Amino acid sequence: MSDANFASLKERFAYLTERDSADHLAVNCPAEHLLECCTALRDDFGYDLLVDVTAIDWAAETSPRFTGIYHILSTTHHAYIRIASDCVDDAAPSLPSLAGIFPAANWHERETYDMMGIRYEGHPDLKRILMWEDYPYHPLRKEFPLAGIEVPFPAADVAETANAKVLPAPMMGGPFVSSADGTMREIEPQAKDESWTEKEENR
Amino acid sequence: MKSENTTLGYNSKVEGEVVVTQADAVINWIRKHSVWPMPMGLACCAIELMAVGASRFDISRFGMEVMRFSPRQADCMIVSGTVTYKMAEVVRRIYEQMAEPKWVVAMGACASTGGMYRSYATLQGVDRIVPVDVYVSGCPPRPEALLDAMIKLQDKIGRERSVKNLTAPKAAAAAAALAEKEA
Amino acid sequence: MATTKEISIGDLGARTGVAEEELKGETMALNVGPSHPTTHGVLRLLTELDGDIITKCEPVIGYLHRGDEKIAENMTYNQFVPYTDRLDYLAPLANNVAFAMAVEKLAALEVPERCQAIRVLCCELARISSHLLGVGVFGMDAGAWTVFMYTFTEREKLYTLFEELTGARFTTSYTRIGGVARDIPEGWLGRVTDFINGVLPVLDQIDKLLTRNRIFVDRTQGIGVISREDAIAYGLTGPNLRASGVDLDLRKDKPYLGYERYDFDVPVGTTGDCYDRYLLRAEEVRQSVRIIRQVIDTIPDGSFYAEDAKRIVSPPKEKVLTSMEELIQNFMITTEGPQIPAGEAYFEAENPKGALGFYVVSKGGGVPYRLKIRGPSFCSLSILDKLVPGHYMTDITVILGSLDFVMGECDR
Repeated sequence: MSDANFASLKERFAYLTERDSADHLAVNCPAEHLLECCTALRDDFGYDLLVDVTAIDWAAETSPRFTGIYHILSTTHHAYIRIASDCVDDAAPSLPSLAGIFPAANWHERETYDMMGIRYEGHPDLKRILMWEDYPYHPLRKEFPLAGIEVPFPAADVAETANAKVLPAPMMGGPFVSSADGTMREIEPQAKDESWTEKEENR
Repeated sequence: MKSENTTLGYNSKVEGEVVVTQADAVINWIRKHSVWPMPMGLACCAIELMAVGASRFDISRFGMEVMRFSPRQADCMIVSGTVTYKMAEVVRRIYEQMAEPKWVVAMGACASTGGMYRSYATLQGVDRIVPVDVYVSGCPPRPEALLDAMIKLQDKIGRERSVKNLTAPKAAAAAAALAEKEA
Repeated sequence: MATTKEISIGDLGARTGVAEEELKGETMALNVGPSHPTTHGVLRLLTELDGDIITKCEPVIGYLHRGDEKIAENMTYNQFVPYTDRLDYLAPLANNVAFAMAVEKLAALEVPERCQAIRVLCCELARISSHLLGVGVFGMDAGAWTVFMYTFTEREKLYTLFEELTGARFTTSYTRIGGVARDIPEGWLGRVTDFINGVLPVLDQIDKLLTRNRIFVDRTQGIGVISREDAIAYGLTGPNLRASGVDLDLRKDKPYLGYERYDFDVPVGTTGDCYDRYLLRAEEVRQSVRIIRQVIDTIPDGSFYAEDAKRIVSPPKEKVLTSMEELIQNFMITTEGPQIPAGEAYFEAENPKGALGFYVVSKGGGVPYRLKIRGPSFCSLSILDKLVPGHYMTDITVILGSLDFVMGECDR
């Protein structure tokens, strides 16, 4: 199979729609057809190396809120394809797991679950991978603050002997952060949190 | 003292084969010239720590080349890199496994204050879980900076009241715990 | 005179006579890491041993998760460049380039030829630096300390070159979106030539120390064999993939930065064992030297940044300080960030550890809406639970060394 273009894919998979892309071939695929589509892409179109699985959170008020993104590379004809698949439920998003057809998806999906809270149905061992097991939040969701939220320290005994806590990071004086939109005064990289002071810290 | 050109005001013919000094001085002298570091290599700084141990900077000039990865054989933990909350537990446990006396060097911005990683996952300075003796700035610090820190640590060891701590270690520990609680 | 006292161990009979059958199948749980001399970073392995043979291995990662992707959503594109240094901290220059290329791909911005040549130079020097450490530490893992000292001596020379170019030993932050921070210093290319002339004999020395070394060969040949199918299925890239016999090098197959202009070979392994991965890295250093020679011979004159992209590129310092227009341009880029159009793009560069990918989603403006970093080490480690079982405990160090991973880009 030489270079797959959208027309040849559309012929095979009627449910695909083309996705705006600044680079290579990109398609939207409904979640219920994702497994079927990826299996066929791997077996018949030569897209055999799953390089990346991730997701985008389009913020709380939009629907569909979460979009799963897959990048697959062909080791034979050296082309990428991007597959985007919207999660149906905004409150409890889920997608079918690709771990059965691409073992590489196993860890990537665990990461996306950890960071975004998307459940991958059929994943052999869906648990947190980067944060610790009991961490209550999904940090890459848009409403989660960069500085973090106070939660119990991962190990209770260490928390007691060392008096350690998981606290929000002080956002003052550190690397200045910028916002995506707003007036120029708001966009400008700056310390967002003015409440933290040395005095407060040593209290 | 067989040297012809001894600069010490000491004459073995007069005073015999004995040097009189303070116990503190002797103990500290021994301790500070035989620091066995435990490289707590976590991130980028660990590469500079390796550079310090390697040929060009050569930490063995200061008697510290005996890097021990077992905390039970080490007395100075060099925390080199970002300490995340997930890792903090491990760092603290390893610190507790080290035998007294023990010292901690926070190498680099991340270990000292969290550095450029002001985020939900990063512990904002290793001094929140273990007592730190020397902080080294830089991201990562140059090898010279770490060597300087180690020399500073030697100075610090040299000023300690070692005998007092030896004879009353429990009292000292209790006092330290009390002070920590109050702070 | 010392006296001895007989001590008896009550259980002895039970352990020797009876237990032979009972002990069969009895396994022991052993925790390796996250602080361990040969784990190359804070990797933890939960293993299950039957005698000395590993029956199960579960890697636990995340001990260096610093929240890079969340930070990126709160930073302008140029502000994020220093964070890319700290992904694969053995080859920061290559990371800088990969990130800049991803954003430029989204902005459809082509950098001038001189800038491309400088970036190729950066990538290949970074590759040498990373592979030297990879080979040196791999040797150390297999018990050959000398190699580590040899390679570190060379890396120090490289650090001197990096420092002259960028101002820092290895947290370089050298690229900007649409260019590089500054032009190469006078006479620097000559010093690079001196370095690569000096590194080749050292490679030969390493070759003599390791390649036919009986102990090294015994410990690495046939160990940690990754089949071609597994390598692809687990998403391995870079040297780890090529050692398994897959001829995939993004520099050749998806050329960027004008790699198609340079003549070089892509070494490919046959068996996919630890020994192959070592040989491959050693050869890649030689190929990098070849590329660097060609770049130095053909480096074009011209600008080192895209001068016409006034909303994206921050002009160099000397122009900012002398011209009003550039001063305003610099002010706008600093406060608003490079203006990248809305859209999404994915770019992978062939980094020393494998394909380092950046997936950039922009809604316009100077801050990425979402930035996903695809670390090759993340994928290299995901194969461990399949790769390690069946090996001896002592093979773990060799397998980890040969995979040449770095936790900074694995946990991000």
